[in-house]
Amino acid sequence: MKLTLHIWRQANAQAKGKLERHEIDGISEEMSFLEMLDLLNEKLVTEGKDAITFDSDCREGICGACSLAINGRPHGPGQGCTTCQVRMRSFKDGDEIWVEPFRSGSFPVVKDLMVDRSALDRIIQSGGHINVHSGPKPEPNSIPVSHPVAEEAMDASACIGCGACVAACPNSAGMLFTSAKVSHLGLLPQGQPERYSRVQSMVHQMEDEGMGGCTNHGECQDACPMEISLAFISRMNRDYMKATLIEPDQRRGKLSNQ
Amino acid sequence: MNLDAGIPEGPIEEKWSNYLEHVKLVGPNNRRKYDVIVVGTGLAGAAAASSLAAQGYQVKTFCFQDSPRRAHSIAAQGGINAAKNYREDGDTTYRLFYDTQKGGDFRAREANVYRLAQLSTNIIDQAVAQGVPFAREYGGMLANRSFGGVLVSRTFYCRGQTGQQLLLGAYQALQKELNTGNLEMHPRTELLDIVVIDGRARGIVIRDLITGEIRSHSAAAVVLATGGYVSTYFHSTNAVNSNCTAIWRAHRRGAGFGNPCMVQIHPTCIPSTADFQCKLTLMSESLRNDGRCWVPRKKGDTRHPAQIPEEDRYYYLEERYPSYGNLVPRDVASRNAKYVCDDGYSVLGDQGRAVYLDFNDAITREGKKTIGERYGNLFDMYEEITDESPYDGPMRIYPALHYSMGGLWVDYSLMTNIPGLYAIGEANFSDHGANRLGASSLMQCLADGYFVLPQTIGNYLHDIYMDKVGTDHPAFKQHEDSVRDDIARIMSIQGTRTPLSIHRELGELMWEHCGMARTAEGLKTALAGIEDLQEAYHKDLLVPGVADGPNQVLERAGRLADYLELGHLMCRDALERNESCGCHFREEYQTEDGEVMRDDENFQHVAVWEWKGKEDAEELHKEALEPEALPPMTRSYK
Ligand SMILES: Cc1cc2nc3c(=O)[nH]c(=O)nc-3n(C[C@H](O)[C@H](O)[C@H](O)COP(=O)(O)OP(=O)(O)OC[C@H]3O[C@@H](n4cnc5c(N)ncnc54)[C@H](O)[C@@H]3O)c2cc1C
Ligand code: FES
Repeated sequence: MKLTLHIWRQANAQAKGKLERHEIDGISEEMSFLEMLDLLNEKLVTEGKDAITFDSDCREGICGACSLAINGRPHGPGQGCTTCQVRMRSFKDGDEIWVEPFRSGSFPVVKDLMVDRSALDRIIQSGGHINVHSGPKPEPNSIPVSHPVAEEAMDASACIGCGACVAACPNSAGMLFTSAKVSHLGLLPQGQPERYSRVQSMVHQMEDEGMGGCTNHGECQDACPMEISLAFISRMNRDYMKATLIEPDQRRGKLSNQ
Repeated sequence: MNLDAGIPEGPIEEKWSNYLEHVKLVGPNNRRKYDVIVVGTGLAGAAAASSLAAQGYQVKTFCFQDSPRRAHSIAAQGGINAAKNYREDGDTTYRLFYDTQKGGDFRAREANVYRLAQLSTNIIDQAVAQGVPFAREYGGMLANRSFGGVLVSRTFYCRGQTGQQLLLGAYQALQKELNTGNLEMHPRTELLDIVVIDGRARGIVIRDLITGEIRSHSAAAVVLATGGYVSTYFHSTNAVNSNCTAIWRAHRRGAGFGNPCMVQIHPTCIPSTADFQCKLTLMSESLRNDGRCWVPRKKGDTRHPAQIPEEDRYYYLEERYPSYGNLVPRDVASRNAKYVCDDGYSVLGDQGRAVYLDFNDAITREGKKTIGERYGNLFDMYEEITDESPYDGPMRIYPALHYSMGGLWVDYSLMTNIPGLYAIGEANFSDHGANRLGASSLMQCLADGYFVLPQTIGNYLHDIYMDKVGTDHPAFKQHEDSVRDDIARIMSIQGTRTPLSIHRELGELMWEHCGMARTAEGLKTALAGIEDLQEAYHKDLLVPGVADGPNQVLERAGRLADYLELGHLMCRDALERNESCGCHFREEYQTEDGEVMRDDENFQHVAVWEWKGKEDAEELHKEALEPEALPPMTRSYK
């Protein structure tokens, strides 16, 4: 098939970007969207032009590196898949396609289609972990975890940290991402000791990153390649409410969170 | 080259505890005086860096992705082994050791393998404590599955995302250490050289992938956890940016490279059918628990698989290997898929090579729901790519390059022959011999990172206490300049060949001649072909764009230079090893029924190669392997 592409080009974070038009021919249905871009890049390189910069690594939907909005939708057409999993059979001959980076104030553009998502790492840093050292541990079967609980924790923990939820949300909220980690750890017995301090620090960090709050549009769940449920946001809100009441961030002194 | 492995005294079960009893330590208050560089944030690197920082060392970590969480380990699907014997099916530490040694066709170092088996159970305890959501049974106990080459169920898993969950555990531990101030993180940074001063590793030279800046970092020790090198073949199951640059540049600075020709071809991947494919997607080995491999008995049988009756199907693994059946080790499964396709039974006809992997019996037996819970995401992945659902008909699969058993030579403490330079995880050669069993790489990476390196590194560090060398030492400037010159040279060629096109050609040569079956003649053809490609690279390369900003074509070009050199060495090593063992199958050395024929008298050693400069051929050294606990036997899975 033959396609017309409008691709976002931007030299660096400070530069002004623009859409650049490219015609491409000989695209087969089995090709992935990124293989199509590889082909275009190969053509640009042969002509001595600067290739289009974009992030990708595993090319199978698990590393969370790829981060394109295709026709305005993070990760493009299709449910529950990442940009690298989109196949060209989702398009037809003669289509015009707009390719842009994930858009969010919290994800500055680095170059072309590449963005800076370090905000997500900082949210995990603020509390998305369990404090244990490497050394002898209790026998895991001494703390049974029921099958449904383990499965639900796994549903939350499946998040690949791509940031599509943030890019899809009209408020640029980081709530699906944050709630997935809060819920994964908060559901398991191992995560209980830090459950309430964790939810507070992570929510506060999310706000510090300039991310908005949830107003129930559901765009995040819709764009999520792992189909993580909005229900985790409600769960995080409940934990947060409980936390500010029974275990405020600062146990003594100012009651900043109440 | 000093190849003393430093294996501790005593019977095999006591070697590690003997080592620990005599190892030198650095006191808690002194640790903050030591900088340790850890390059790579996959399972091995993230585990090591977080553990060292928690002990109090000043750790700097590096990775080329935008976040440490995206390291290639994230893609591991099937599971991780541990000799917990939860199923009471006869598993023991010794059996895990035995299976791994036998699986590796007795070409690994026994003492390391035994230690790995001993540490396996701690890994599960550690991961559970970190909140890794392993699959559980209804009673709340941990669930297990089986992998190839073993007769017990010792594999722990998180759906088809085990690597992801284990890596997130290690990554979270890493993020946590950032809060202590003991850890510094450098994402989007690529190591381009190792600085060795007076025989000791003292630091690294890196390129900032955003600004293009070349900088140095000094440290008391440098740990490479940079993964494997099968991207040399262009098409593989590895992530598209996985590469050999770090270990290759260490090799060029004097680190011995162990068994470069030992790479594994995974039997169950989505076949390659078109040029544009950038990688081959793996379908986890766990699928062989329930999937049955077959091809039609009649050549060119174009009937829909469902229409082919039982008697017309050739379940080649079950027939040839009745006791292991579909769960034979990877090298055996791959080779047999190749044989049936060589004989003309490919189920893709003229479009390529593939065999069926069929779940119909399992679905009939256990129901779609149960099978879906076990393999749902793999089935979805297959359907996304091929537009065919494995619930409705068999998958079509074929072997692909997957894992490198070879890597930097390390001693028992995981240090290379350059004092102060360590290699852990897939980057080293040590534990898997000539073939790795499924679910044992995650185990090795985490054992190295959480439990071995943090205990052994003190033995080196205590010795260089206070003897600091900073980046103001002239050697750093020299190394930086040589990296800058290299980049300037690559940018200035301005020829006609793109790095991608040369890489693709290299891959074809390697797959054809240094892949599943090798011959002396083929390897010589490959060597000559690679030399031509090297010439094309140095005379006719084309890299547009700038060096002082993001330039992914430049990154690929730099890595390609290393693939070309390493590919050449792999072929030489394969040519030199006149035997077949594990994945290294030399057609000249096989039994009557096409099984590998080892030559223990002449090849019971690790081949360790020493770089002799660009103009001279590499020199071969040997570390003799002296198995005592498990004498080599003929490896049979019949
Ligand atoms: C699809 C797939 C499925 C698999 N499934 C399983 C399984 O089920 N069970 C199992 O046991 N094993 C499995 N494996 C194998 C296993 O995943 C790998 O062997 C293992 O994860 C390697 O981990 P590592 O820590 O050594 O390196 P990696 O995870 O590869 O990490 C390498 C790190 O080094 C960094 N790096 C590399 N070069 C440089 C450089 N020059 N400068 C800076 N940073 C650099 C990278 O950024 C990255 O952080 C699978 C492999 C694949 C490909
Ligand atoms: S490249 Fe890894 S998720 Fe797309």
